Amino acid sequence: MSTPSDAQIELREVTHAYKTDAGPLPVLDNLSLTVREGAFCAVVGPSGCGKSTLTRLIAGLMRPDEGQVWLHRELVTSPKPTVGMAFQNPVLLEWRTILKNVMLPLEIVAPSMPMAQREERARHLLHLVGLEGFEDKRPSELSGGMRQRASLCRSIVHKPEVLILDEPFGALDAFTREDLWQTMHNLRAEEPFTCVLITHDLRESVYLADEIAVLSARPARLQYLMEVDLPKDRPLDVLYEPKAVEMLAELRHQIQIAQGRAAPDAEAAA
Amino acid sequence: MNAQLRGFLVPVVAIVIFLAFWEWLVWVNQWPNYKMASPSDLWPAFWKFKELFLIYGWQTLWRTVVGLLLAVVFGTLLGMVMGFSRVAREALYPILVGFNAIPKATVVPVIALMFVGADNMNTVLIAFMISFFPIAVSVSIGLSTLEPEYRDILRALGASRMTIFWKIALPKTLPEFFGALKVAVTLAFIGTNLMEIVEPHGKGLGHLFDSGKINADYPLMFAVLIALAALGILLFYGVVLLERIFAGWAERGQT
Repeated sequence: MSTPSDAQIELREVTHAYKTDAGPLPVLDNLSLTVREGAFCAVVGPSGCGKSTLTRLIAGLMRPDEGQVWLHRELVTSPKPTVGMAFQNPVLLEWRTILKNVMLPLEIVAPSMPMAQREERARHLLHLVGLEGFEDKRPSELSGGMRQRASLCRSIVHKPEVLILDEPFGALDAFTREDLWQTMHNLRAEEPFTCVLITHDLRESVYLADEIAVLSARPARLQYLMEVDLPKDRPLDVLYEPKAVEMLAELRHQIQIAQGRAAPDAEAAA
Repeated sequence: MNAQLRGFLVPVVAIVIFLAFWEWLVWVNQWPNYKMASPSDLWPAFWKFKELFLIYGWQTLWRTVVGLLLAVVFGTLLGMVMGFSRVAREALYPILVGFNAIPKATVVPVIALMFVGADNMNTVLIAFMISFFPIAVSVSIGLSTLEPEYRDILRALGASRMTIFWKIALPKTLPEFFGALKVAVTLAFIGTNLMEIVEPHGKGLGHLFDSGKINADYPLMFAVLIALAALGILLFYGVVLLERIFAGWAERGQT
């Protein structure tokens, strides 16, 4: 198989199963996916189809039973400091201030970096996401949306090449979520990273991503891939334009196929 | 009234009311002091034996603290082993529960026979044995229930297990640890006194209590009880102070 020269994340025929008492439970089935450098790829699919497994494989927290995961033309066999992660649960450390929480990855990845420089970097990111003035607060003093902003800062503070987001906006209310989508766009404009976003929200995928991968029901394989042909700098209104509405309808249709509620059509197989 | 002053005054007033009620109860029932000594009988008893109270009180205190420190070290290590390894947890739990179920008053003579004459060590040993259990259990639960995401945020960066333990697992377990330590400190104190009273060896407040009993000095016996209560309070609030310093973040503001 040839590797596209600008591929940052590449999954090659990845198959994975969990061992359970009732025998192996296959979650990923011959899944191949490529994300080019700097691209933003959203992964959608039915509940429990193995999306989170996918993130753990890319992050090197697990190794696939079969197939390979490549990051920047390097085979992933263990976690790499060039990866950043954020989850639905912000998992901030309650005994640290927001600033110290954001600085945490630097303590692991860049222990030789001067303290002042680490702090400057963290402050800069907090400023970018609108958390200026909250640096010395504890996580328990912040709202859910603010905690998630801090968590995003932490995931990119060490300038990762690959950012893995596992439903980071899933637990937020609709308005806060839309705010954070915009924050995400702002961060992308400033920070060069290749991103994989796991989400259940089709609007979110259309608004944020350059390409959208629809996974089938478990065991997941790549069912459908959509290029999002919208300007990079998109206002929220774009979601109400015919083009976006069409994309949403197609994605919804694909999800229904994945759920087994609609028959696969000829186009989807292409 | 500011909160600090209130935090001090309210308990003090409560103690004064309690003592007044006690005095009144004894007076109104005309109880002789061998049935129930009144607070006004206690002070002379304290004063008469003030040096003994200091000497014996210190012996009880240091042996309790040393036993507790041993329990902290051993309990934390045991809790770490059980928290990180499922096999160790499954293997050790029944043994620990069985060990904890044995009333320590029955262990006291056994230990006293095992190490005849080494009374300080025996006392420390009982204080330790009675108090490490809650610490081990709470540390193991704290570590084994750590949400995988907490581990993953550092593991995904290639951090070692030791780094994850120091930066995440250990601080996250501190509130549970201090909760257990509050139980353990009282238990250790009970352990010390058990040894002092069941196997008298001329040391500690337990010994002073025993001499009160032998000499039919009832106010002295009651005075020892009060001294024990005071020491217990001192130890407990010592732990609370440590908790404020090391795990104060776990306390939420009342909003």
